[in-house]
Amino acid sequence: MREQLEELLTKARRELSAISEVKDLESWRVRYLGRKSELTNILRGLAGLSLEERKTVGARANEVKSLLAEGLNQKTEELKKGSTQKSVRVDDALLAMGDITLPGRPYPVGRLHPVTQTLNEMSEIFTSMGFQVFDGPEVEWDYYNFEALNIPEEHPTRDDQSTFWVDQLTSPKGWKGLLRTQTTAVSARAVEAMEPPIRIIEFGKCYRYEATDATHGIMFYHLDGLAVDRGITMADLKGTLYEFARRYFGEDRKVRFRCDFFPFVEPGVEMAIECALCHGEGCSLCDEGWLEILGAGMTHPDVLRRGGIDPDVYTSFAFGIGVERLPMLRYGVDDMRLFYANDLRFLRQL
Amino acid sequence: MKISLNWLKQYVDTTLPPKEVARRLTMAGSEVKGQQVIGENWEGIVVGRITAVNAHPNADRLTLVTIDLGGSEETVVCGAPNVAVDTKVAYAPVGARLINPNTGEQETLKSAKIRGVVSSGMACSEKELGISEDHTGILVLSDEAEVGRPLADYLGDVIFNMDITPNRPDCLSMIGLAREIAALTGQTVHLPDASYEEVEPSVESQVSVEITAPDLCPRYCASLITGISIGESPRWMQERLISYGMRPINNIVDVTNFVMLEYGQPLHSFDYEKLSGRKIIVHRASEGEEMVSLDGIERTLAGNMLVIADAERAVALAGVMGGANSEVTEETTSILLESASFNPRSIHYTGRILNMPSEACMRFERGISPELTLPAIKRATQLIAELGGGQVARGIIDVYPGRVEPQPLAITTEEVKRVLGVEFNREQIEATLSSLGFECQAGSSASEVLATAPYWRSDISIPVDLVEEVARVIGYDEIPTTMLNTPIPQQSPAPVIELKRKLGESLTGYGFHEIVTNPLVNLEMLNRLYPESHSASPAPIKLANPISIMHEYLRPNLRVGLMAALVTNRRIGGPVRFYELGKVYLPQLDDLPEEVEMLCGVLSGLRDEPSWQNASSSLGEAAPFSFFDAKGIVEGLLTGLGVPSSYELSTDETLHPLKQAAIVTDGGQVGIVGELHPAVLEGFDIPGPVQFFEISLPALLPFIHGHRMFQPIPRFPAMLRDVALVVDVGTAYQQIVNIMRGFPLVEQVALFDVYSGDQVPPGKKSLACRITYQSPDHTLTDEEVNRVQKRILDKLSRDLGATLRS
Repeated sequence: MREQLEELLTKARRELSAISEVKDLESWRVRYLGRKSELTNILRGLAGLSLEERKTVGARANEVKSLLAEGLNQKTEELKKGSTQKSVRVDDALLAMGDITLPGRPYPVGRLHPVTQTLNEMSEIFTSMGFQVFDGPEVEWDYYNFEALNIPEEHPTRDDQSTFWVDQLTSPKGWKGLLRTQTTAVSARAVEAMEPPIRIIEFGKCYRYEATDATHGIMFYHLDGLAVDRGITMADLKGTLYEFARRYFGEDRKVRFRCDFFPFVEPGVEMAIECALCHGEGCSLCDEGWLEILGAGMTHPDVLRRGGIDPDVYTSFAFGIGVERLPMLRYGVDDMRLFYANDLRFLRQL
Repeated sequence: MKISLNWLKQYVDTTLPPKEVARRLTMAGSEVKGQQVIGENWEGIVVGRITAVNAHPNADRLTLVTIDLGGSEETVVCGAPNVAVDTKVAYAPVGARLINPNTGEQETLKSAKIRGVVSSGMACSEKELGISEDHTGILVLSDEAEVGRPLADYLGDVIFNMDITPNRPDCLSMIGLAREIAALTGQTVHLPDASYEEVEPSVESQVSVEITAPDLCPRYCASLITGISIGESPRWMQERLISYGMRPINNIVDVTNFVMLEYGQPLHSFDYEKLSGRKIIVHRASEGEEMVSLDGIERTLAGNMLVIADAERAVALAGVMGGANSEVTEETTSILLESASFNPRSIHYTGRILNMPSEACMRFERGISPELTLPAIKRATQLIAELGGGQVARGIIDVYPGRVEPQPLAITTEEVKRVLGVEFNREQIEATLSSLGFECQAGSSASEVLATAPYWRSDISIPVDLVEEVARVIGYDEIPTTMLNTPIPQQSPAPVIELKRKLGESLTGYGFHEIVTNPLVNLEMLNRLYPESHSASPAPIKLANPISIMHEYLRPNLRVGLMAALVTNRRIGGPVRFYELGKVYLPQLDDLPEEVEMLCGVLSGLRDEPSWQNASSSLGEAAPFSFFDAKGIVEGLLTGLGVPSSYELSTDETLHPLKQAAIVTDGGQVGIVGELHPAVLEGFDIPGPVQFFEISLPALLPFIHGHRMFQPIPRFPAMLRDVALVVDVGTAYQQIVNIMRGFPLVEQVALFDVYSGDQVPPGKKSLACRITYQSPDHTLTDEEVNRVQKRILDKLSRDLGATLRS
C-alpha cells in the first residue's frame, strides 16, 4: 500500500507537469484529488490495516494529498501568468518589442493666456475674502479716470499717466473720452453706483501713451480692489493684502508696507515683497532689496464724497496691482512684450 | 533725484549708517531706490599739492607734475590742461583702483613709462574717480583739503538716488529732507545762517514790483546786489551741484541753483542794468507775444501764461525760464534777484505747452509755499554778496497779495484709530506732529489735538492728512494685520465672467491656446479683412493722439489680432489653435462706445500632430483643418453650455462664400463660423486654409439657462435603423433631420456617411443616417418601428424627393 502511494505521487506529478492549458487542470484534479480518485480509495482502505500501519501509511497519504494540492496551485498560478503574457503579445505586437518609450498618441494641449491665469488666481484669492468682480468700461470719461480720483488737470500727478484720447468724443456734460489709464476708474464708478457695504475687485486692460520697453507697454492689465463699510481700517487693508501676497508668493516671502502717495488715497501705501534673488541685500533686479508689487491706501474722503458716500460714517480702502508684474516675478519673464506677442513658443511654457 | 548724504549732514546730525537712514526715509514715503558709495574703492588715493610743472622732454602736450604728498614727493606724467602749481589734486599711486575713462570699467593702476618717462602714479580726473563723467581735466580740490590725507575723508560720500512723490515739493530740497530725517531719528535741523550787511540806498528806491495777476502770482520778493563780479563759484559749491548732477556755470547762476537745492525755492537772477524803467511787472502774456528764452529759442506765448516784464517787454517766463534779454553775463555787475511764488497749474500748463521741463518748473508745479520765498532770497542774497563781492541794497521788496493765514486742523485719537485700526494716545500724536514742525495745541476734548502745519507742508489740508503723518512717522510696521470682519456684502452674479471662464475651459480642453492682443489696431490691416468693400463698417473708433499708425483705431472685431498671431506663428508645423476672448468697441453717438465681449477662434495647419500613431500624417496624407472642424468646435461649445444651435447661410465677406454659416440659436444669430476667404489670407500672407469662428457673448447669454430639467434614463431598449437616402445635391441635411425628428419614437438621428459619385445618379448625393427609435414606456416591436419608418420615408419622398439607395 505504501508503494502504491509513492507510485501515485510520481505519476500524478508527471502528468501535472505535462499540462499546458488551464482548462486541462480540472480533469487532473478530478483524477487525483476528486472524491472518486485513487488517493481517496487508498485512504478508505486504511481501515483494514493494523493500528501501527494505519498510523504511518495514513500520515503519508495525507502528505501526498497536500503535496498534490500544492502542486496544482502552483501549476494553476504558472499557467495563468503565462496566459496573461500571451494575451499581451496578441494585443500589441509593438509592446512585445519592449519599447515603452515610444510616444503616446498625441492629444492637443491648450493653455489659458498667462495673464488670464494670473487674473483667475487673483480673483480666486480675493473672492474667497468676499470681494466680487465689478466691471467698467475701457473707454472712459476723463472725469472717472482723473477728476473723480483727485487728479485734476495741469497737475503733475497726471504726468505719470500719459493718456490716449478718443477723437471727438465729448459727453453732454463736457467730459472727454479717453482710454482708461487705470482700473481705479471703475472704483470711481462703483462708489457712485453702489451703496455700502462694498467689496469689489475690478480688472482689465488699461492704456498709457508710453514708449514700449521690457517693463512698459501701451496696453497692460490692472486689478483694483475697493472695500467700503463702517469700521474698515488700514489694519484690514494690511491683512487683506498680506493674505494675498502669502497666497500668491508663498508663506516665506517677506512683505512690507511703506508710505507712498497716490492722489485717491490717504494714507497711501506701497506694498513690496522681498527680492528673491538677493534676499533683501539689494541687486540690479530690485530697489534696495524690495520689489514693489502694488499701491494702496485708505480711500480719500473726497473720492467717497463725490460718489455720495459720507466719509464720516464709512471708511474705505483701495488697492491697485499691475497684473503682468506678478507672472514676470514668478516665472522670471524678463520682457513684458512677450505677453502680447502671442508666440506659441512663449504661450506653451506658462 | 541724487542726494548727497554729506550735504544732508550739514543740516541734520545723524550717526546712523547710510543704509538705515535710507530705510527710514523710504518707509516714511521718500523712497531711496538705490545708493552709490563714492570713495568705496579709493584705497591709497590721497590729497596732494602740485609743487612743480615741467615740460615733458618728448611730448608737447604732456607735462611732468611733481606732487607733494606731505612727507614724500612723486612725479607723474599728466595730459590734463589744468595743472598748475599750488593746486590740490587727487593722487593715485600704482596699485590704486580707478575707472578707465575709455571703457568705464574699474582697473588697477599699473606703473607705466609714458613717452620715455616713468609716471609713478597719476593725478585723477572726476571720471577716473567715479564722481562724475567729467574727464576734461584733473580734479582740482579746494584749498581746505589737507595734503597727505586720504581722499575718501575729504570727498567720500554716499549718494541716495531718491524718488520724491508729487505731494512733497518740500522734499525736493536738502532742508526738506533734513527735516524728514530729523523727525524720523529724533534730531533737530540746523538752518544756515543767512545774515548779511546792507547798504543804502534801499532796494525800493531803485526798483519797483507790481503784480497785475495776483491769482497767478501770490507773492514776489526781490533783492538787489550791486558791484559784483562774475566768476567761478568756489569748489565746495561746485561739488554740491555736481553731487546733484548739475553743471556749475558761474557764481551767480550757481548760487540760485544751490539755494534752490538747499531750500527748494527756485530763484531767478536778472541783470539789473538790462531792466528797462527799473520796474518789474508780473502780468499775463499777450496772446501771440514772442520772447527769446535763455536757451536762445524764440517762444510764442499764450494769453494764459504768466510773464515777468520790465517797463517795456517780457524779461522772463515766470517760473519756467528767464529771457535772453535780461540774462546775467560776464559783464554783469548788478543783480536783481527774484524769489516768487506762482500758481502751480499755470506753471504746469506753460511748461507742458512750451515743452520746457526744468528743475524750477518741477518745484513750482507741485505747489511750494509762498512763505518759502523770503528765507530763500535772504540766503541767496547773502551768498551772491559773498561770492560775487558785491553790496546788498537795504531791504527786500515783498509784494504778497496772496497771503493765506494757516488754519489749525483737528485730529482726535478716535479718528486715528478709526482710520488706522490702532490706538495712539494724544501725547504720541502731539510728539509726532511736533517733530515734523507742526504747532500743536490742546483741542476741545481730551482726545483732540489742534495742529497747524508748518508753512513748508503745502500738502496738508484735511484731518486725515494728519493721520498719515502720525502713521508714517511712528511707522506702518506698527499697524496691526487684521482680516476684514464686517459681513460680506451680498454678491450679484456676473454671468459674462462665468461664461468667459467656461468657454476658456472648453477651448483649452480642445487644445486651443488663448491669446491676448492689443485692441489698438491699424486701419489698413483692419480693411484687409474686407476684400470687397475695403472698409470696416461701421467705421472704427479713432484715437485723437495715436502713438503710431499701427495702434490708431480701437478694434471693431477680434479678427485682426488673430491674423497677427497667425502671422507670428506661421512657421509652426503642426496644428495651430488660437482663441481670444475680449472686448470690441462699437461707436455710439455722444456716448462711450458699446464694449462687446466677443469670442473669436482660428484653426490653421494640419488637423493632427505628426505622430507615428497617426499613420496618415507620416504618409503625406495629412489633412488640414476643414470647415467642419470649426463647426464641430462651435457645436461642442454650445452643447457644453446647453444651448441648441442651428446653422444658416450667411454672407460675411471675410469668409469663403461657400464655406460659412451663421450660428443661430432659438432667438437669432449669435455668431458665425467659416473658412477664411482666400483673398483675406493672401492679404495677410498666411498659408491657408484657416478655419474661423466668432461668437458674441452678450448675444449668447440669454440662451444659457442655468435651469435644466433632468430626463429619466430610458428603461426600455432602443432600436437602431440605418437608412441611406438619395437626394438632390441641393438638399440640406438639416431638412432631412427636421422631418425625421418630427415623428414619434425618433430619439436621435446621426449621419454616418455622405457620398456623391458613380454609385448615385448625377446631381444626387447619398446620406446615410442611423435613426434611434425608443419609447419611454415600452419595448418596441419591429412592426411598430417599421410603421414609423415607412411614414418617415414617405414624407421624405414627398417633400424632398428622397429615395432609398439600392
